[in-house]
Amino acid sequence: MESGLLKKMLRDMLLARAFEERAAQEYAQGNIAGFLHLYPGEEAVGVGVLHAAEPADYVVSTYREHVHALVRGVPARMVMAELFGRKTGCSGGLGGSMHLFDRERRFMGGYAIVGETFPIAIGIGYAIAMRELPEAVICFFGDGAVNQGTFHESLNMAALWKLPVLFVCENNHYQIGTEIHRHSAVAEVYKRACGYRIPARRVNGMDVLAVHRATEEALAQIRAGNGPQFIECETYRFRGHSMADPGSYRPKVELQAYESTEDPVKIAIAETVTAYPTAEQIAAVGSDNIASLTGSLRSGGHFPPEHLDAMQAEIAAEVEAAVHFASESPEPTLADAQAALDCNRQGEVLV
Amino acid sequence: MAEQVFYWQALNRALDAEMAVDDSVVVLGEDVGLYGGSYRVTEGLHAKYGEWRLRDMPISEGSFTGLGVGAAMVGLRPVVEIMTINFALLALDAIINMAAKIPFMSGGQFSMPLVVRMPGGVAKQLAAQHSQRLEQTLMNVPGLRIAVPATPQDAYWQLRQAINSDEPIVLLEHELLYFSKGELDESRQAPPMHRAQVCRQGGDLTIVTYSRMCDLALQAATQLAETGIEAEVIDLRSLRPIDWDSCVVSLEKTHRLLIVEEDSGFSGAGAEIAAGLAERCFLIMDAPPRRVAGRELPIAYNAALEAASIPRVTDVVSAAQQLCNP
Ligand SMILES: Cc1ncc(C[n+]2csc(CCOP(=O)(O)OP(=O)(O)O)c2C)c(N)n1
Ligand SMILES: [Mg+2]
Repeated sequence: MESGLLKKMLRDMLLARAFEERAAQEYAQGNIAGFLHLYPGEEAVGVGVLHAAEPADYVVSTYREHVHALVRGVPARMVMAELFGRKTGCSGGLGGSMHLFDRERRFMGGYAIVGETFPIAIGIGYAIAMRELPEAVICFFGDGAVNQGTFHESLNMAALWKLPVLFVCENNHYQIGTEIHRHSAVAEVYKRACGYRIPARRVNGMDVLAVHRATEEALAQIRAGNGPQFIECETYRFRGHSMADPGSYRPKVELQAYESTEDPVKIAIAETVTAYPTAEQIAAVGSDNIASLTGSLRSGGHFPPEHLDAMQAEIAAEVEAAVHFASESPEPTLADAQAALDCNRQGEVLV
Repeated sequence: MAEQVFYWQALNRALDAEMAVDDSVVVLGEDVGLYGGSYRVTEGLHAKYGEWRLRDMPISEGSFTGLGVGAAMVGLRPVVEIMTINFALLALDAIINMAAKIPFMSGGQFSMPLVVRMPGGVAKQLAAQHSQRLEQTLMNVPGLRIAVPATPQDAYWQLRQAINSDEPIVLLEHELLYFSKGELDESRQAPPMHRAQVCRQGGDLTIVTYSRMCDLALQAATQLAETGIEAEVIDLRSLRPIDWDSCVVSLEKTHRLLIVEEDSGFSGAGAEIAAGLAERCFLIMDAPPRRVAGRELPIAYNAALEAASIPRVTDVVSAAQQLCNP
């Protein structure tokens, strides 16, 4: 794999982690409110998938979408400003954390009602297919979303008309407090796609390279006109479902296992201070994503530890600047809200 | 004996009481079991009654509410918890087309002892898709009953009454009420389920309201009293049916009507209240009925806009003043 791409993916993963941890702090300080769903632990999914996509592809996401927006190129300051409810946010401060939109970057929204991403995605896919464009739609959703009727209805239509949609399940094994075996009769999510004859596979969602490779292959199939594809990424969220949820329903050992041996960022940093890791250390890291990535970067000799430090510092400054920008930004007014509601009126006389 | 409890605790006790005496009462909803409910309403009940009585649901609102309807047709008494009213939009077919119509369409063959509980309303910066109030949608459905408890005591009474009724009933709760405290006396005799309650007496105007807005109206009434205006505050406790008689008795005394609702005013609950009372009291009213309602805007995430989108105490106070001193 090309080292430039690897570095970019590592950078986005580190940015993702730093951004989300900072958002948690800002929430604790009262600068962000409402439901705040964070992404730590799942970075390899969003980063791997979106780095395989083209700028002309569309992205439809859920309420856990900050990182998807960041990787898509929405500036961190605009995402942070939205979390702060400011006018300079990517949705003008009207949408908030769960409703990031950026039309220019084809980021078609974060949706907070579980199961809404499917019909939106196939609608966009329908338009692309009808116009015979070489574009695709990436549709994100969680493991809990596959029991919503829209999942089945939309997969059927996508397959029926060979719509250019890549369905990406971020399987973190929980629907808030309900573990997957207690909410799904078939816990291997990718198998659900068989009922609609949509090619599907499961990948290790902690491994950004595996996710990237699978996405590249799937998108190639879609662009060849073969219709929808389905990827299930197995992952884990380190935090509760949202900031309102302590996540205490999860077995301690389960969380500890992921946090101690698979926390990508902690390991990456620890490795950086102690020069190059030994082969045993790398092996012990297991399937951890950021760490295994830094491991492969280094074993390839592309990425000396000083560069990682510089990258981390740059990211810290970027996040700091984003918070500064957000807190200095003005709030939207009632007139702004009214203008957003009437944005399609175009001066038409109604009565 | 009266004690101070949270609203969620009152609901919890009502469920416990009914589940203990009738094993056909089952609770269905997302995270109602092991997790104990998003707002703690089912806390401790899973351990006590087991998974057949409290079932954690997949995210399938349309079908699990419909499951409640089917189960009710054969004698279970399901209490469906929809995590928040926003997701009830996906269950409207089950509630409106199935639950409300099956007893009628079958020529009266089936009872429908179904309760659908859900919190609605504007909470704290949950943004447009999570800040809905759908009372207008549900009020327009013959065959449905809708209770809107504003206090722990009413939450307790009305949930128990709803479970015991053979008609489909929606309990509209409010996200901001779950952690409010109030008196609960489990031994007190309940009034009829849909009777309104005069929460404060006054002779100058009648404020008709429900759910969380009761508290707002009472605060406004206190401020109004300082300016010499005595407001009578009526908590409707129910949106279908509406206890017109209690409102008429009050209007015969005050001759002025102010309606306070959190939802957007257009075609909302307040419109029905105004029309119903105008029909009954037109000739004794000293002024046209007036509504204080939410703005005609989806709810913005931004805190200041959110606050400006729903009635505030000052809005109620100034509307009352204008009504009394035109
Ligand atoms: C239709 C609907 N029902 C319920 C909810 C409440 N809710 C929000 S997120 C969630 C769990 C979703 O789990 P999953 O799809 O696995 O996504 P994750 O949060 O794990 O990323 C639930 C039940 C909702 N937002 N929409
Ligand atoms: Mg999940």
